[in-house]
Amino acid sequence: MTALRRNATIAWAIARKDAVAEVRGKQAAVSTLTFAAVVLLLFGFALGPDPRRLADAAPGLLWLGLVFAGLLAVGRFHELETEDGALEQLTLYPVDRRSIYAGKAAVGAVAMLVLGALLVPLVAILYAVDVVRALPVLSLTVLLGAIGFAAVGTFYAGVTVRMRAREVMLPLLVLPIVAPLLLAAVKATSAALTGDPFGELPAWLELLAGFDVVMLIAGAGTYGFLLEE
Amino acid sequence: MTTRILGVAALLAVIAAALFGLYGVPADLNQGDAQRIMYPHVASAWLAYLSFGVTALSGIGWLIRRDLRFDAVAVASAEIGVLFTALAIWGGMMWARPVWGVFWQWEDPRLTTTALLLALYLGYLLLRRLSDDPARRATRAAVVGLVAAVDIPIVHFSVIWWRGLHQPPTFLSPDKILNPSAPLPFVLALVGMLGAFTLAWTWLLIRRYQLARAELAREEAVRGGLVRRASAAKARPGAAANPGTTIGDDGGIPPPKAQAEATR
Repeated sequence: MTALRRNATIAWAIARKDAVAEVRGKQAAVSTLTFAAVVLLLFGFALGPDPRRLADAAPGLLWLGLVFAGLLAVGRFHELETEDGALEQLTLYPVDRRSIYAGKAAVGAVAMLVLGALLVPLVAILYAVDVVRALPVLSLTVLLGAIGFAAVGTFYAGVTVRMRAREVMLPLLVLPIVAPLLLAAVKATSAALTGDPFGELPAWLELLAGFDVVMLIAGAGTYGFLLEE
Repeated sequence: MTTRILGVAALLAVIAAALFGLYGVPADLNQGDAQRIMYPHVASAWLAYLSFGVTALSGIGWLIRRDLRFDAVAVASAEIGVLFTALAIWGGMMWARPVWGVFWQWEDPRLTTTALLLALYLGYLLLRRLSDDPARRATRAAVVGLVAAVDIPIVHFSVIWWRGLHQPPTFLSPDKILNPSAPLPFVLALVGMLGAFTLAWTWLLIRRYQLARAELAREEAVRGGLVRRASAAKARPGAAANPGTTIGDDGGIPPPKAQAEATR
């Protein structure tokens, strides 16, 4: 129990450090949020002005926006460490590597939630979707999606952080892996928005939760090897 | 020599299985000649999954034993896996066009899963290309291969849920292959092709493994040469001004230590 508490404290410290750096840095956070908003705007242009079509596509567009902007966010939390040999320092601390992973994944999930808090209202406005009624279920979907994406993204950011061409490799590796997450999250979102006429919502949320658990375990189990490099 | 015999046997087996599939078996009643694509297609798909399973297991082997031979198996298997995955998708599309009327059927969970499989392992191979240090590359590749292998079943299930059940896989239900309702020649053609392709896969794996070992030995030799050159230059400041002579000293021959390490 004490070991678990200790690890949680370490994870919390790392997450807090990254969050503080991000909030004080401002530019990166603001540009990521702006990027996500611009992506949603461009999806509107790509699909044309037909409101019915935009409303139908809204769940998919919301999640694509979240995934694209999320890639920038999780990449940043590792890039922070590459400056001034911070990553070497971090690996030298005599702490459980899993708690480092947990901290990074936690701050990644928080970043995704912030993105979600911006993008959901934006989707409601731009694509004329009524989200107020579905808000509780939608929040749960975004929460589960954020955790899953952060679990995968943090792991791959750890893989690519010291690599050449990491800006290309991170999306290339993450996007196929998160395909089931995208699929389940889009399905859950569209079920939530339409009032779940087919009663499929629980199944998709279960799949999301299952993805989160599996990927958190896989990430925590393997992330330590990456720091040993 | 044994590998060469295996290679010849694999070649003959594939030719025999192809001839049997083309001429020994009657055309399918509903699908006509297009159904014959299924023999190499199913065999390729089986080898694609086998390859990536071997890659994941070799990755675990590397992480536990820290022996670069595991990594050589991993890369060999991954590259061959990408080849057979591409073959499986190509064969599937050639079959889908006359039978379903489209090249790409989004509702087919296996096609979608296999396409993602290809993307995952192309990323795996690119990742290897972009890492220079052998141990670092092996570790990165091992964990990425592992996570990809964990992801594949989730992808498969999610796509099945996504679009209801299409035609259930022939491949993962042995009762269907062994079912007497399928005429014996069909079963023989499929099993024969599976066996022939697996033989060819084994030969390819051995050859690619040997190549990976040779590549690694060369890499180590180059690295060893560089290290010696740099240290020599440091020892004699005058040599740094004229690096041509120090390179000449090594003559491109790897230092014995690096070679011994590489062939360990």
